[in-house]
Amino acid sequence: MTDAIQSLERDVAAALGDRLVRAVSDRGELTVVVDAANLVEAARILRDHDTLAFSTLADLCANDYEGFGDAPPQGPRFAVVLHLLSLAHNRRLRVKVYCPDDGFPIVDSLVDVWPCANWYEREAFDLFGVVFEGHPDLRRILTDYGFMGHPFRKDFPISGHVEMRYDPVQKRVIYQPVTIEPREIVPRVIREDSYGTGKS
Amino acid sequence: MAEIKNYTMNFGPQHPAAHGVLRLVLELDGEVVQRADPHIGLLHRGTEKLAETRTFLQSVPYMDRLDYVSMMANEHAYVMAIEKLLGVQVPERAQYIRVMFDEITRILNHLLWIGSHALDVGAMTVFLYAFREREDLFDMYEAVSGARMHAAYYRPGGVYRDLPERMPQYQATNQRSSAEIARLNGNRQGSLLDFVEDFTDRFPAYVDDYETLLTENRIWKQRTVGIGVVSPERAQALGFTGPMLRGSGVAWDLRKKQPYEVYDRMDFDIPVGTKGDCYDRYLVRVQEMRESNRIIRQCIEWLRKNPGPVITEDHKVAPPSRERMKYSMEDLIHHFKLFTEGMHVPPGEVYAAVEHPKGEFGIYLVSDGANKPWRLKIRAPGFPHLAAMDELVRGHMIADVVAIIGTMDIVFGEIDR
Repeated sequence: MTDAIQSLERDVAAALGDRLVRAVSDRGELTVVVDAANLVEAARILRDHDTLAFSTLADLCANDYEGFGDAPPQGPRFAVVLHLLSLAHNRRLRVKVYCPDDGFPIVDSLVDVWPCANWYEREAFDLFGVVFEGHPDLRRILTDYGFMGHPFRKDFPISGHVEMRYDPVQKRVIYQPVTIEPREIVPRVIREDSYGTGKS
Repeated sequence: MAEIKNYTMNFGPQHPAAHGVLRLVLELDGEVVQRADPHIGLLHRGTEKLAETRTFLQSVPYMDRLDYVSMMANEHAYVMAIEKLLGVQVPERAQYIRVMFDEITRILNHLLWIGSHALDVGAMTVFLYAFREREDLFDMYEAVSGARMHAAYYRPGGVYRDLPERMPQYQATNQRSSAEIARLNGNRQGSLLDFVEDFTDRFPAYVDDYETLLTENRIWKQRTVGIGVVSPERAQALGFTGPMLRGSGVAWDLRKKQPYEVYDRMDFDIPVGTKGDCYDRYLVRVQEMRESNRIIRQCIEWLRKNPGPVITEDHKVAPPSRERMKYSMEDLIHHFKLFTEGMHVPPGEVYAAVEHPKGEFGIYLVSDGANKPWRLKIRAPGFPHLAAMDELVRGHMIADVVAIIGTMDIVFGEIDR
């Protein structure tokens, strides 16, 4: 297992060269970080290089790291995470790209490299507001027609901002501010490392 | 003469062949589809966001409701991701139980698929037969978990409880005669494993029945052969997995290539197609049902001989037994903490994937050490399949759109999440 990860790490490092910012191997999985400026170029190498041949983009999603680990922000807020799968070599790879600008996260689109990135990028745009430059059709995909905001961002409340009801006077469905109170039954806690081991 | 021929048509979301809530905007030239634009999200419930506000254990039932025709397979990917982060060992017996129920789930899913696909294309009978068998499979779900569909049976560290020694039986009512009740209870006299074994004895003949109705059926072949052809290279680029990929002739199955649980000890084959059309995908799925049946039989044999624990002894992850809680203070505390605060999962990120009946179902889980996940991303197999809809239906007739929706085995619970 560890041998396979090390050889994958070597192959990826050799193929990407100085486009590789960082490689982390954890729990039998390899994560490589590349710069947003090099994303499309790196993706093409990963897809076309003989020793890698990541022909399938298994998944693409965005991540919001605001408040991660209850710590003050370290580094950029948004990241785009790709899960690649190589059928030829039976390998998996995770590629992470941090969006340079927190206020207007933007990265280049991968539609030209893997066609299935189309909907995944629409989803990441819809839910996180990450813009993919060069995407042919960057519309919302999962949320309602005319939805405001990006619901999976950490500053978006779980109950949302608006609710929908039928108004008998106007005889149509209207939107109004939410009337339910947000409630948290189990609070989110991070315990110290020694918690539960009997040592203080 | 009017010159404009193209017009757009709404297919769904209330169309019976739209498999739930698919809204498909079709641009037509006569009856030929020029462009298809699927509008999804009508069943979006924000499962991933909800999971961020709940403890790890509380999200297990949400997984059932993703792909609501293969419930336990969804749970499997989720608990595997947690186990990978925690580094927990799952007892061997639990691994066999999981494999057995994964395969029961695969049959369950493929039965719904074959029924609804055939119904869409115009064959009513298969649907009725398939639902007769699904009833037995739901009884197996109910026997282990108490729920017919949304089981919440797989837990981080194992499965919730061991297989029952006695299969639940029908009770006498004033609606049914005692002879009828005795007939219904005929194969329910022993344990759950006896009942499952009885099913696996009967099942190959049932699959033969479906094949008699469809495989050589002229209408069925006219509607599926040569429809929605995908080349192996294109299938990979489009992110296809599961039967959609194998139908195109790529022998890729996570159960063989990246074995999880005890699949490496199972003897089974991977069916592949040659042409990559709807008919090949039909043949692949039918053969998969037979292979699943083989795997279930192997699991039954092992499970009969090897009793043992079915959930980990690590009480930071799994609750202690009810009995021990009555006299051990530590176990009582463990139980209380686990069901109030929940388990703490070490920081890190993992991706765990299983060979779901529809393809690769993956869970990308990011934890920052809290009792709730930081981010949960569900890689639904149906999502890239449906994304390729436009490419697959271009140049086909409207009637073929229905066949292609059927062959994709679309369920909106997982696509919209």
